[in-house]
Amino acid sequence: MIQKILSYDTPRSIALSMLLLCIFAGLALAPFLFPGVRTVDTAARICIFIVLVASYDLLLGYGGIVSFAHTMFFGVGAYSVALTSLHLGRGFDALILGAAIGAVLATCLAAAIGLFSLRVRAIFFAMITLAVASALAVLVSQFSDLTGGEDGLTFKLPRELGPAFKFGQTLFDGTVFGVKLNGKLLTYYLVFGTSLVLFLITLRLVNAPFGRVLQAIRENEFRAEAIGYRVVHYKIAATCLSAAIASCAGALYAIWLRYVGPSTTLSLELMIDILLILVIGGMGTIYGAVIGATLFLLTENYLQAAMGRLTSGIGDIPVVSALLSPDRWLLWMGILFIVSVYCFPKGIVGHFRKDP
Amino acid sequence: MADQIDHLIEDAPILRLDAVHTDIRQYHILNGVDLVVPRGQVTMLLGRNGVGKTTTLRSIMGHWRIHRGSITFNGADISTQPTADIARAGIGYVPEDMGIFSDLTVEENMQLAAFSGPMSATRLGWIFATFPPLKTLWHTEAGHLSGGQKQMLSVARAMIEERELYIIDEPTKGLAPAIVATMVRALQDLKDQGASILMVEQNFAVAAALGDTAHVMVDGAVKWSGPMRALAEDLDLQRSLMGFSLQTAARDQSATKSS
Repeated sequence: MIQKILSYDTPRSIALSMLLLCIFAGLALAPFLFPGVRTVDTAARICIFIVLVASYDLLLGYGGIVSFAHTMFFGVGAYSVALTSLHLGRGFDALILGAAIGAVLATCLAAAIGLFSLRVRAIFFAMITLAVASALAVLVSQFSDLTGGEDGLTFKLPRELGPAFKFGQTLFDGTVFGVKLNGKLLTYYLVFGTSLVLFLITLRLVNAPFGRVLQAIRENEFRAEAIGYRVVHYKIAATCLSAAIASCAGALYAIWLRYVGPSTTLSLELMIDILLILVIGGMGTIYGAVIGATLFLLTENYLQAAMGRLTSGIGDIPVVSALLSPDRWLLWMGILFIVSVYCFPKGIVGHFRKDP
Repeated sequence: MADQIDHLIEDAPILRLDAVHTDIRQYHILNGVDLVVPRGQVTMLLGRNGVGKTTTLRSIMGHWRIHRGSITFNGADISTQPTADIARAGIGYVPEDMGIFSDLTVEENMQLAAFSGPMSATRLGWIFATFPPLKTLWHTEAGHLSGGQKQMLSVARAMIEERELYIIDEPTKGLAPAIVATMVRALQDLKDQGASILMVEQNFAVAAALGDTAHVMVDGAVKWSGPMRALAEDLDLQRSLMGFSLQTAARDQSATKSS
């Protein structure tokens, strides 16, 4: 059964399976295991980034297609949900319609970029995606009447997803293991459940014959063409599918934050984070997205605090306490990532995974 | 009338190249190649290194676009068609560099080549009997295979489904003698099934053993065409066209062995 759910593509390593199981359990029970606004927020972001990075892995790790427009598709999904919620009112229909419009728009945009530029050499395609993504980011900040410009848009979710909505009052007295049963909890599980489904869909896609053809194209384009596969068609299909999934992740991000803005969904920094997460986790594995996103977001959110505790613990040692000062957290994060890429050139999953 | 047409189709060559010119960037490689591949025969394309044999095969597959002439497969001009459509029209191609997908398993490599549907058990049985290592290495990543095993996989991939024409580029290149023998048996089997094959082969003994017809290329054009047997028997012709003869090649080989 589990094999079938995972499309017969298991982690193929006991250590990796245990790690993935821990992450799954941690995310599934996050509101109960780590109650707190910040921890649950980190868990939700991890869920969304897993989907976003997995969809990028479909493109880069499996298809060998380098694109810098992935955040653009993420942003399209996020803005669609925000705009439909703002204009159609706070309802589930607006959310579903927004996510659907976002996915369709992202697919069309990906198909247009693909049709015009996937025939050229990889480096030109990468440059074109970068140009289009930058252009869209500028457009979003310029059309402030529609998009809220640099300030972004804040919108309201359906009442059932708000903190004021309480449920289970009669059955559980409103709390389970000390956690309040409210709309925020429901929103977390909406994000978690949808992310899980989207992740499994991505896993299914790469393990279907489609994924095999993509891998073949990545390795030897002419050979794939010479055994009868239209390379450009497959590349466009991969770009579209990956864009649609990224757009759904964007929709989830907007729902979770109840806000969209250029810096949270369209920035180049976000694109670099996606690349970094994929490289650390392991390209062409899909599971790399899970490990990479968890590690990256935990480090990003807790390294500074951990360093603060460490410096207060060791006291005032010259040089050492200056180096470990919480203000230097970005330096240590950089060093950690360099070490991880050096120690695991094929990514963490690629390092631990055994050949089939 | 219908019988006459059938007869005409059966007699018509499966592949025909007329005055094909191909440029690779600024270099003019093929200089008017005329070539006919009869149905149900093994046609050898021979010549020294760099005369344009591989370019001819790649031009047929559409990897290099021809800028003059025509390539007709089964009566239809394929010179402007995309490579994938040329392959799907019924051509199994084994490239010189084997072109296996090293990140995929042997099974996945074979599945990709069987694009018409699931692999036929009978055909797979024949391939396993011909190339036994592929059966034992079925779930191994192709990148871990030895050179000979990779070549077996490359040829097996072309054979997994029946094709109207097989284009094979140097199937015995760099292989150990035992594996060359296996490869020759496999190709002989394919020939005995009545397949049409166009093959480039540097090992003249293999070419002589398998070929029905031969075309010898010199400087980007076919200089001599005729029965393989006639070329194999005429040592002077071999020397003038290819710079060696079968006899001297055999002598050189035995001299190398004894030293």
